[in-house]
Amino acid sequence: MDALDVARWQFGVTTVYHFLFVPLTIGLSVLVAILQTMWHRTGNERYLKLTKFYGKLFLINFAMGVVTGIVQEFQFGMNWSDYSRFVGDIFGAPLAIEALVAFFLESTFIGLWIFGWDRLPKRAHLASIWAAAIGTNLSAYFILAANSFMQNPVGYRINPDTGRAELTDFPAVLTNKVALITFPHTLAGSFLVAGSLIVAVGLWHVIRNRDSADTGAYRFATKFGSWVVLVASAAVLFTGDIQGKIMTDVQPMKMAAAEGLYTTESPASFSVLTVGSLDGSRELFAIKIPYLLSYLGTGDPNGTVHGINDLQAQYASQYGAGSYTPIIPVTYWSFRFMIAFGMAAAAIALLVLWSHRKGRTPTSRWLLRAGLVMPVLPLLANSFGWIFTEMGRQPWIVFGEMLTRNGVSRSVSLTEVLTSFTAFTLIYASLAVVEFKLLVRYARAGVPDLTPEPADDATDDAERPLAFAY
Amino acid sequence: MELTTVWFLLVAVLFTGYFILEGFDFGVGMLLPVLGRDDRERRVLINTIGPVWDGNEVWLITAGGAMFAAFPEWYATLFSGFYLPLLLILLALIARGVAFEYRHKRPEAWWKARWDRAIFFGSLLPAILWGVAFANILRGVPLDGDHEYVGGLVDLLNPYALLGGLTTLALFLTHGAVFVALKTTGEIRERAGALAVKLGVGTAVVAVAFLTWTLTIRSSAAAVVLAVGAALALLGGLAAARVRREGWAFTGTAVAIALAVATLFAALFPNVLPSTLDAAGTLTATNAASTPYTLKIMTWVAVVFTPIVLAYQGWTYWVFRKRIGVVHIPRH
Repeated sequence: MDALDVARWQFGVTTVYHFLFVPLTIGLSVLVAILQTMWHRTGNERYLKLTKFYGKLFLINFAMGVVTGIVQEFQFGMNWSDYSRFVGDIFGAPLAIEALVAFFLESTFIGLWIFGWDRLPKRAHLASIWAAAIGTNLSAYFILAANSFMQNPVGYRINPDTGRAELTDFPAVLTNKVALITFPHTLAGSFLVAGSLIVAVGLWHVIRNRDSADTGAYRFATKFGSWVVLVASAAVLFTGDIQGKIMTDVQPMKMAAAEGLYTTESPASFSVLTVGSLDGSRELFAIKIPYLLSYLGTGDPNGTVHGINDLQAQYASQYGAGSYTPIIPVTYWSFRFMIAFGMAAAAIALLVLWSHRKGRTPTSRWLLRAGLVMPVLPLLANSFGWIFTEMGRQPWIVFGEMLTRNGVSRSVSLTEVLTSFTAFTLIYASLAVVEFKLLVRYARAGVPDLTPEPADDATDDAERPLAFAY
Repeated sequence: MELTTVWFLLVAVLFTGYFILEGFDFGVGMLLPVLGRDDRERRVLINTIGPVWDGNEVWLITAGGAMFAAFPEWYATLFSGFYLPLLLILLALIARGVAFEYRHKRPEAWWKARWDRAIFFGSLLPAILWGVAFANILRGVPLDGDHEYVGGLVDLLNPYALLGGLTTLALFLTHGAVFVALKTTGEIRERAGALAVKLGVGTAVVAVAFLTWTLTIRSSAAAVVLAVGAALALLGGLAAARVRREGWAFTGTAVAIALAVATLFAALFPNVLPSTLDAAGTLTATNAASTPYTLKIMTWVAVVFTPIVLAYQGWTYWVFRKRIGVVHIPRH
């Protein structure tokens, strides 16, 4: 074990952890904004209750996304300083713009939204949640543009004197085709999580809290969330399909690694499940769909998909001796888990909608269990998706330009990076427990009662309690 | 003006904004156990910064991002070199950020006490460590010819840097007390005002000592003027605090922090991270900078968006301008 290994583990753990909270922030900010807009338009209190209810869950989650996000920005410099030196001229710009353009918008207007219920005109208050939602979604774009440069570097040159990457075409970085498709794919994945949470909580109240005066609100939320999940999963599939073709084009090794495809095939079949020796020499058991991989990768059922062995040989002659193959079991299984978990959530959403058909009220305990598992599924799908896309890029930190092992901080010792890895893991683990318990607590509590709190002693306007206080 | 100079100034401005804004919310966090005698009082304190602390912290994220984009070498060397202090700052910011949001989520006393501790230590640690970090930037650290940090943790804990830590701690405490006096009513306001005066005297002594020491390490005409300005602003703020002119007192401590940070940057320029070893290791605004093309794009983005950000952040402070007191805290 050396500092490089620990730095990689730390990046993996802190990033996957951060991305447990981000999708909910991205998706739920918009969905809560939609609910509040519905209240604004119809005046129906049901939507106000749901806005406040899901808004609370949103905020419990939001706090975690914020604080774990700062770690991400610092980590590049702390653990990956040679990477930061190499790409800073390009990579720093989207990060800085993300902060200036998106994070300020998000954080300022979230504050206005949380505390502004009684201090802002209704319209301004509604605009605040939309501004925060837009900020959140914008931030995703900039950070994905930065990440896409690592997958498919564009708009740069290598300065022969310094050996550093230099920006030559900023619009090209922002319109990197990997970024353009990863952005909608990530948003769709985020709405899958947010919709699932809305369903899980709503369905729990529909089934377990049957006599509630707010059953109508929960029924609405459950169906609303289910539709969000269905639309989002269609969008995930659609964008994922395009993404696969772009990946085959710009990172053929990643596609081959996703499939464990060792030899070039045309047409190539998609392996649903293969059990075999990891070096690809022997297949024990396999379920395959003919032509599918060719179609996924190239759009042509007879298209050629390059195999790992050929690509390895090609890269070795291009970049010098060494292994250019990611860890195949990781990429193979994470790719499948991503798809399976995401689609499982969609299947449950269909069941939930079916259970509500023609005004019916579901009672099934199995459906309830499935509903409660639902938010976990797209979270896992997102995590595996990121593990796949980042592990599939290895051994590169910037594809074709810098190896991960050359990006690590030279001045940081094993002890230091172990200290930080341990500290983050511990604090993150304990906060995860706290956050989960709070979410459950507030989800169980249900929608709020809207009758205002009676004033303390004085009814003087200046001494009225705040509508919301920490 | 050279674009590298423009970006040196912008990074300075961003950190200055960060220290003015999060300075008072660090102060409020540290004064939580001192000024807040019961739960409702502590809630008053927390709610003075509730709507704004997150936006304040984005100044840091933007400063970090700007440093990364405009001076990658500075960002890379600084963040990998100051590893453990930055780690502690991160852990502190995590704990206190979550604490603000979670503290009121359960009624139990043990729950609130736990988050109160997170807010206190989460504010205290960065308040000290930012001073230590910036004093070390000014003083210089051991960098080799590749601009790699070759010192250890001990090199960062020198007496000058520790005085820097004490200075930011004292400044933020006073700034926080003044802010509380400005934003609250009733007893808390009185207590905060009285405390600000007491703290302010000690702060002035520490700050003047630190700035004087700073100017003996490296200096420029501008730095001297700024340092004198910082001292005067602090004294002016103190005088205003004494007569309970809270708006002026807050302006005084805010300007004092701004000018103190500006002093450091002015004394530092054109260096961004001097090496105490090989002169070739010194990072400057020129050798640490990104290409002119990147700087040009970033300049345009900053020119367009900074005024917009300032406008809506300023508006937030306007929306939440009212003083709050225990009567305003809802029972639940």
